[in-house]
Amino acid sequence: MSAPPSETYAPPHDGTDAEALPIFATEPRILGLPAGAWPRILAPLAIGVLALALWEFAVRWNGIPAYVLPGPLLVGETLVADWGTLSGSLWITLKITFMALAAAVIVGVTLAVLFTQSKWLEMSLLPYAVILQVTPIVAIAPLIIIWAGDIDLSLLICAWIVAFFPILSNTILGLNSADHNLVNLFQLYGATRWQTMRYLKLPAALPYFLAGLKVSGGLALIGAVVAEFVAGTGGSASGLAYRILESGYQLKIPRVFAALLMISLSGVAIFLVTSWISHLLLRRWHESALKREN
Amino acid sequence: MDTAYLSRPHEEQAGGANPLVSVRNVSKRFGNGTLAVHDVNLNLGAGEFISLLGPSGCGKSTLLRMIAGLGSPSSGTIEWPTTGRDATGEPQRDLGFVFQDPTLMPWATALANVMMPLTLKGVRKSEARDRAAAMLALVGLAGFEKSYPRELSGGMKMRVSIARGLVLRPKILLMDEPFAALDEITRHRLNDDLIELWWKEKFTAVFVTHSVFESVYLSKRIVVMAARPGRVMADLDVDAPYPRDELFRTSPEYAHLCRVVSGKLKEAIGS
Repeated sequence: MSAPPSETYAPPHDGTDAEALPIFATEPRILGLPAGAWPRILAPLAIGVLALALWEFAVRWNGIPAYVLPGPLLVGETLVADWGTLSGSLWITLKITFMALAAAVIVGVTLAVLFTQSKWLEMSLLPYAVILQVTPIVAIAPLIIIWAGDIDLSLLICAWIVAFFPILSNTILGLNSADHNLVNLFQLYGATRWQTMRYLKLPAALPYFLAGLKVSGGLALIGAVVAEFVAGTGGSASGLAYRILESGYQLKIPRVFAALLMISLSGVAIFLVTSWISHLLLRRWHESALKREN
Repeated sequence: MDTAYLSRPHEEQAGGANPLVSVRNVSKRFGNGTLAVHDVNLNLGAGEFISLLGPSGCGKSTLLRMIAGLGSPSSGTIEWPTTGRDATGEPQRDLGFVFQDPTLMPWATALANVMMPLTLKGVRKSEARDRAAAMLALVGLAGFEKSYPRELSGGMKMRVSIARGLVLRPKILLMDEPFAALDEITRHRLNDDLIELWWKEKFTAVFVTHSVFESVYLSKRIVVMAARPGRVMADLDVDAPYPRDELFRTSPEYAHLCRVVSGKLKEAIGS
């Protein structure tokens, strides 16, 4: 093979390739991050610090008692002081979230693949998936808790119900969005159903699936928290929602805020992780992940 | 200069006594009632370079797709006299297809795109990689194996598409207006390279186009089609010798042939 193309490599034939090569233009970096990324980090951070300062100031100026509205410093102190209990609860909530998300991915993708193989299956089952999605989880959670018996299992089921539909519907859309001519080409070469699925439809569905995953990641957390609120007290090991309820009853409002903060940060972390996975998988080829000069 | 081309009635069996593909009385009516192709008879001989030339709506793409086995004729038959049949009774079509768009998988590198037909046929990965790389080199894309389609220009993407069409070394390469979306300079380059490739690899080329100039430049034989309903109006031989190059493109002979074919096309449009 000849030498790989470099920045100055002139394509051998087409004189019209000016736009062909320099997509991955290098940007100057500051402290390891591209220079363009800093404002995106610093601007919201500045707003956040400002808001927290105002909050702290307002609480102190007006002498608002901690059981009505604790200042951010007190919330931070509580977070550190109660880290033992809170981190245990966080772990339980996250475990349910990730198990529910994993189940949502497995069931959502499997159903989507089955639905695209059989129109009958899709026609018969999709309406029920929609019903499951549109029924408010708080309304059916008590029933699920009664039926499942085990509290952890029922929380898992609730979170899964909330999380799985975006993955299902997005993956169905993605599987059906493979280029029609490519489908014809596979047909021409006598590709089996499995080959068409493996080499064409699943890769074509990947960006759609990942978009669904980003939504479902947050929803799984919400589902886990909401279900635990409905379940109320659970045995010895309890998640963050239970801590919030418990602290509310005891008027330990700073702890409510601390738990709330942990839930929000977990949600943000899940979003960042799923976005990062999506970026890694799509950066070489998908429009959404490519940088454009104009 | 009149000897430079030869017109003949299309009932006559062009394409030799033993054609690769034999299109017999083929008509195609779509579900909405449109008669896209009406009673077409056509023999595609081994080693020919045939252009299907006609205005849009003349059924040339539909005909090409039916030859490829994408959609079956409403009446008539398309036979492959020289090949066997598979278990389902379908002829084992030995062909490559190049679409109007490059139709590459955006998630796969140029090499992986060209490897795909081999992978689908169950060819071992290492062998498939070598054959695909050799084919990429043949279309002038050595060194671009690891490039993604997004990083290639329109002309280069089309080259990858042609490499994919040829990687199984098919007897026949069907091309559906492959260069229509390219600019003139790129198109001329690709025309030159396509002729060279055809000359070297000795496949049968069927080339759908609406450009008189392109068809005359490339073809051994031009089938002029008319629209509404799509049918064959004329079947012309282009007797200019190969290899053809820039000299041919600027020759009076080429201009003359273009004028003749243009006249035929005008007749077809007016009919």
